[in-house]
Amino acid sequence: MSEHEVDPLALRAEALEALLSEQGIVSADAIDAVIEQYEHDIGPMNGARVVARAWVDAGYKERLLRDGTAAMAELGFGGAQGEHMVVVENSPEVHNVVVCTLCSCYPWPVLGLPPAWYKEPAYRSRVVREPRVVLAEFGLVLPEDVQVRVWDSSAEIRYLVLPERPAGTEGLSEEELAALVHRDAMIGVARVEAPR
Amino acid sequence: MDGIHDLGGRHGFGGSLAEREEQAFHADWERRVFGINLLLMAQGCFPIDAMRHALERIEPVTYLTAGYYGRWLIGVEQLIAEAGGRPRAGSVPDPTARRATQASPRFALGSAVRARNLHPPGHIRLPGYARGRRGTVVLQQGAWVLPDTNAHGRGECPEHVYAVRFEGRELWGEDAEPGSCVHLDLFESYLEPA
Repeated sequence: MSEHEVDPLALRAEALEALLSEQGIVSADAIDAVIEQYEHDIGPMNGARVVARAWVDAGYKERLLRDGTAAMAELGFGGAQGEHMVVVENSPEVHNVVVCTLCSCYPWPVLGLPPAWYKEPAYRSRVVREPRVVLAEFGLVLPEDVQVRVWDSSAEIRYLVLPERPAGTEGLSEEELAALVHRDAMIGVARVEAPR
Repeated sequence: MDGIHDLGGRHGFGGSLAEREEQAFHADWERRVFGINLLLMAQGCFPIDAMRHALERIEPVTYLTAGYYGRWLIGVEQLIAEAGGRPRAGSVPDPTARRATQASPRFALGSAVRARNLHPPGHIRLPGYARGRRGTVVLQQGAWVLPDTNAHGRGECPEHVYAVRFEGRELWGEDAEPGSCVHLDLFESYLEPA
């Protein structure tokens, strides 16, 4: 598309906003507020706090694995697309990875908005059929004896992966641990690495 | 419906994820569409199930080329058109989806189940790759609004949902990766004893 062409979808989006504003159903300010919230206040830093707490507090971890929704609410996280959270734990024997093959369901309150690749047909079509190959493309090569568990979020339950705490992090504080935890590890397409 | 959205396990829908795109939004209009849709859902203008079904009804070539927020835009335009050009706040009294139920779950943890061979023309949340396949109930998830009816304005009809584990070999045959399994959250009416 040249710089003089306007994306027809952009024009349709503008027309939609104009129509709904005129009808009094949405306002530009309300739209701005939603975008602001999801671009700045909600994101994987929330999930990282959940993971770090589970790593340092065995009681919290037990509650988190038993009732993810309630344990996340303890830290103030919940709401749309996180109404019912299940946390699945990685171990030396089991690796978990999350997808939504039918649309692109994702646990917004703890991970924010999904990256483009999570919503694309390549990831959605392939990770259920050949998870090891897909994970290797993300740089995560799993030994043959590790079981791969894929979670395809086909209803309103949302999944968060609890990654393994990396070796050599015994001396780190909860805040320092949270800074190591990243989005891909909580989707399950990566591990958390110890700081170098 | 057996539509383009049901991508799980399909071949030929994109190559290596070693090269992948990160950003959530590619243009400002995508941000606006996201905000608009969230406000419409939060005000109970449309059930999320109707929205998902509107995306599924997008003509396949457009589905694949419009991008994620392009699909949201086309879907919401369709729903507004079907609502007579004017969405109404409060059409959905309770936009959350979990419901209390008196009914006991039909399937116990550890039960062997089979996903039924269902092909309705309307909305359903049973991916094609699991139909007819045997699995094991690993979690009872409580009762939830049934998308199949709710998407079409035929009521909430809550049902128990179960996380069902399917072994890779059961889904993909002899070529399945060893030591892999897939879990799906399936409504009770999608399942039968195996």
